[in-house]
Amino acid sequence: MAASSDSQASAFSAAELEFLAEDEMIEIVPNMRMDPLNFVSGDFGPFRPQIATQVPLWLAVALKRRGKCMIRPPEWMSVEKLAQVLEAERDSEKFQPLPFHYVEISRLLFDHAREDIPDVYMVRSLIEDIKDVRFHKIGTGLEIISKERTYALRLKNLSAMEANIVRPFVTRALETFYKLSGPEMIQESDHLSNRQPQATNRGPRRQLKDR
Amino acid sequence: MEPGAGESSATDDYESLISTTDSELLKRAWRNEKAAPEILKFEAALVQRSRQQIQLMEETVEEFAKNGVDPLTVSLYQMDLDRTLFLLRSYLRTRLQKIEKCVLHIQKTAELWNRLSKQEQKFAVRCAGDLTQHLEQTVLSKLPDQYQSHLKQSGASEGDDMVPEPKLDIYIICRSKKFLGAFQLDDSGEEPVNIEADDLYALPYKSIKPLVESGQIDLV
Repeated sequence: MAASSDSQASAFSAAELEFLAEDEMIEIVPNMRMDPLNFVSGDFGPFRPQIATQVPLWLAVALKRRGKCMIRPPEWMSVEKLAQVLEAERDSEKFQPLPFHYVEISRLLFDHAREDIPDVYMVRSLIEDIKDVRFHKIGTGLEIISKERTYALRLKNLSAMEANIVRPFVTRALETFYKLSGPEMIQESDHLSNRQPQATNRGPRRQLKDR
Repeated sequence: MEPGAGESSATDDYESLISTTDSELLKRAWRNEKAAPEILKFEAALVQRSRQQIQLMEETVEEFAKNGVDPLTVSLYQMDLDRTLFLLRSYLRTRLQKIEKCVLHIQKTAELWNRLSKQEQKFAVRCAGDLTQHLEQTVLSKLPDQYQSHLKQSGASEGDDMVPEPKLDIYIICRSKKFLGAFQLDDSGEEPVNIEADDLYALPYKSIKPLVESGQIDLV
């Protein structure tokens, strides 16, 4: 049989997430001349030296590796913007809006276009810090939901990679809550309560956790 | 060929309909199929169009290679082709995996059976046949009479309780493109959930099944 019983747990591998992220558009400055490209996924170009143009990330990386262009880092990847985001992440309980694929995009750019990023070490350490703070928030957020029965979760502003990592735990936990609070269980405890005078107290019911 | 792939954030329905490329649609179908616990409807038209485009592209690349077009261009076209091929193959492979997991159940359920393509149905029939034969030869024929069915636990079982079914009440992470307002999760009398656009939610698959089918919610 092809599928393992656990295949639902992490529906996407990290490589597949990167594949999805590679379709995000990014700006490049080519240093050569090329005619428009008519791909299945879209039309790009024409490419003229020193004229900036938008292409998908996979194409940008491919051209960069062959030394045919310079990649312009997206505007959210500057030291100022990232410092602001880090500050806001630390101060607030909520997650700051970040591009959905920020982890994958920054990783690809660090690997292939290091020299095109101003202050690359600073940028890199800022992104690592942001990742850590967000992960920590996910951890404390999960602790909260474990105290009460939850039916649905709102994960506002979570990024693709974070959602994928958290997916197995969150989905299994919610499923277990769902199972334990199903009508069959309530019926059973009704039978039991004939013998025991006290009905079980399952704590306050909360519909939705906003984070 | 349709225009660039980055335009599907339009708010207007009509606009988003005409600017969603086949590539985007295939990506979406792939993502939904990977994340959903049961098999979804086969996107026959989309797969057909994608195959045609891929074939066209393969011929183009061959011609380029023959005419001695700049190897950089050829390799870029090849990369794009490989990416599209990967999406298509992974989509089909994921579906086959799901069929293998619950083949007996799919055969029994008309609704699920209709979601398969013709070739998938042929595959399912053979797979079910192989599975049944294997079980019978190795184990079932050696059990006492009452227990020889591969569908029922014993002669006394009411339904086909040896058939594995996909679990529909698992939770999945999803995102809606538009504001959907208050949404009733199920009939257990809980308050409805407010679904905003572009936020991720962890919800039971059962509750949002119709929305996934109509394309209002994407699985992530």
